[in-house]
Amino acid sequence: MSVNPKAQEGSATAGTGYPPEVRERLERDAKEIIGRYPKTRSALLPLLHLVQSEDGYVTDAGQEFCAEMLGLSKAEVVGVATFYTMYKRRPMGDYHVGVCINTLCAVMGGDQIWDELSEYVGVGHDETTPDGRISLERLECNAACDFAPVMMVNWEFFDNQTPASAKQLVDDLRDGKEVSPSRGPKRLCSFKEASRVLSGLPDGLASDGPAAAGASLEGLRVAKANGWTAPAKGDDQ
Amino acid sequence: MTTLTPVLTKNWDQPDAFTLQGYGEYAAARKALAMDPDAIIQAVKDSGLRGRGGAGFPTGLKWGFIPQGDGKPHYLVVNADESEPGTCKDIPLMMANPHSLVEGIIITSYAIRANQAFIYVRGEVLHVIRRLHAAVREAYEAGYLGTDILGSGYDLDLVVHSGAGAYICGEETALLDSLEGYRGQPRLKPPFPAVAGLYACPTVINNVESIASVPSIIDNGAGWFAGMGTEKSKGFGIFSLSGHVTRPGQYEAPLGITLSELLDMAGGIRAGHRIKFWTPGGSSTPIFTDEHLDVPLDFEAVGAKGSMLGTRALQIFDETTCVVRAVLRWTEFYAHESCGKCTPCREGTYWLKQVLKRLEKGQGTEEDLTTITDIADNILGRSFCALGDGATSPIHSSVKYFRDEYLKHFEIGGCPFDPAASTVWGDA
Repeated sequence: MSVNPKAQEGSATAGTGYPPEVRERLERDAKEIIGRYPKTRSALLPLLHLVQSEDGYVTDAGQEFCAEMLGLSKAEVVGVATFYTMYKRRPMGDYHVGVCINTLCAVMGGDQIWDELSEYVGVGHDETTPDGRISLERLECNAACDFAPVMMVNWEFFDNQTPASAKQLVDDLRDGKEVSPSRGPKRLCSFKEASRVLSGLPDGLASDGPAAAGASLEGLRVAKANGWTAPAKGDDQ
Repeated sequence: MTTLTPVLTKNWDQPDAFTLQGYGEYAAARKALAMDPDAIIQAVKDSGLRGRGGAGFPTGLKWGFIPQGDGKPHYLVVNADESEPGTCKDIPLMMANPHSLVEGIIITSYAIRANQAFIYVRGEVLHVIRRLHAAVREAYEAGYLGTDILGSGYDLDLVVHSGAGAYICGEETALLDSLEGYRGQPRLKPPFPAVAGLYACPTVINNVESIASVPSIIDNGAGWFAGMGTEKSKGFGIFSLSGHVTRPGQYEAPLGITLSELLDMAGGIRAGHRIKFWTPGGSSTPIFTDEHLDVPLDFEAVGAKGSMLGTRALQIFDETTCVVRAVLRWTEFYAHESCGKCTPCREGTYWLKQVLKRLEKGQGTEEDLTTITDIADNILGRSFCALGDGATSPIHSSVKYFRDEYLKHFEIGGCPFDPAASTVWGDA
């Protein structure tokens, strides 16, 4: 793996904690999140997403912050953070690109997409390009099997991919072109922005994009074409 | 002939389906809040609704296990951690129709006397999470959530909680540990969550589709729901077709429809090919073959043929697909997702993966087939939770139906299939 210059770029560095203004902002967000739960420790997963939204990965300072906010030991926080694959232990790219390699997507072409894309980008699983723009991940099933082969960028759906479309997608991301998910907002947000939404702080983009598209609608199309409906209310009487 | 019955998917083609305006007012919740909570539980029992997350436990019965008048807080937790390979119904449902879930949560919480509910949604689906947050906010603004809902005196708060990447958190007690801020590892049962669940209080955990089906039952009546489906598998469900079919997608139909019927609607297997094997309900359900096309897809008939209805995740593979490769990949998944708590699953899935890798490369022996079935026998029924059991399904069923294909790998010293032929573009 290449050394990522962004590793030093985050607002936090190990052992020193966050600068006061960052700390103040994070505390404000953290308190809002903690307030939603009957017991404070339930806010740990959201807070880990929150510190990841600040640093691009779960830093030492981020874990210390979570521990302080929730009255936990740092070891307790680390024990949780290391269990979940979405919490990254080192900096990911601005665009975290996943290729589903679980059985169905793999068979439908996901394996070939992964092989070609990984070679093209020059990094492997959970690794980041030297310029810090792109990281790759071999994904397990992402619940979009009817759109196989599936890719995700910053946890947005990119459906029905091919090796060529995958490489084009990464080129566009690197070139700063506007890239739109298949079923999602018009503008793709960054990995950090995505992590903030995951912490429970929405970004106002919910109404972007279709309600459903493509394969999601196949059954409904067939039903409508044939005039099939569920029984009307009272049909059982 | 069975026909499709769109209920939950009915509005998905409306551009504003995910908004409150597009969904319409919560008529079922309004009706429910004027009912006796026990009458709601009875109606759901009468409807015959069984859990849509895979296990098929009767939903109303589960609600009835919550002790009443115990003075403890009660909780409803919706399991939206959809991660079972092949399963892809709850994610589009929450993206297109999140209000059906929120309305179902209000009715269910009122019935079990809970004032706090959670949606535990997997983290890897950003836009779905946005839609859930937006739907919950709209529901608060309209007075469907919060205090004194619709003047009924009933209070309910609802939190959308994002997971962080762990299949095991779909197991209900692991989900509870995760929601409490711990590593997501399953708990010993008993006590069951109905007695000691979230924060050791009585808790109902239900799948997204189960809860989203509740408003339609309250609105149209238990008899309406029970009028669909088969004798012991009532109602409708979303069937997810994926893989080598002409038109993969979400097909909402009464339980008991067959794969033959669904394939007719989906344009059949992709042109020029024939079905080889398929899963009735995700990778944890033993595979079926072309012998099983006319098995009614309900809990009983699928069970009688040696598999499980599961989540109705119909992953279809044609004759270009190597079954050993498919099973290896599923096994790698279980090994990756095993939480490590119990030895049979942690060690067993690891060793299954090692042996299967060798088998797929054609470097195994016939003895290895005995080894993998032995390992699977030692995981099945001896693991802490159902993840381990699920890991054995592809092993046992593939060896049962495709033993010769395993042997072929040793005979020729490699895989007899060309993976390129299975791809979407490999057929062109």
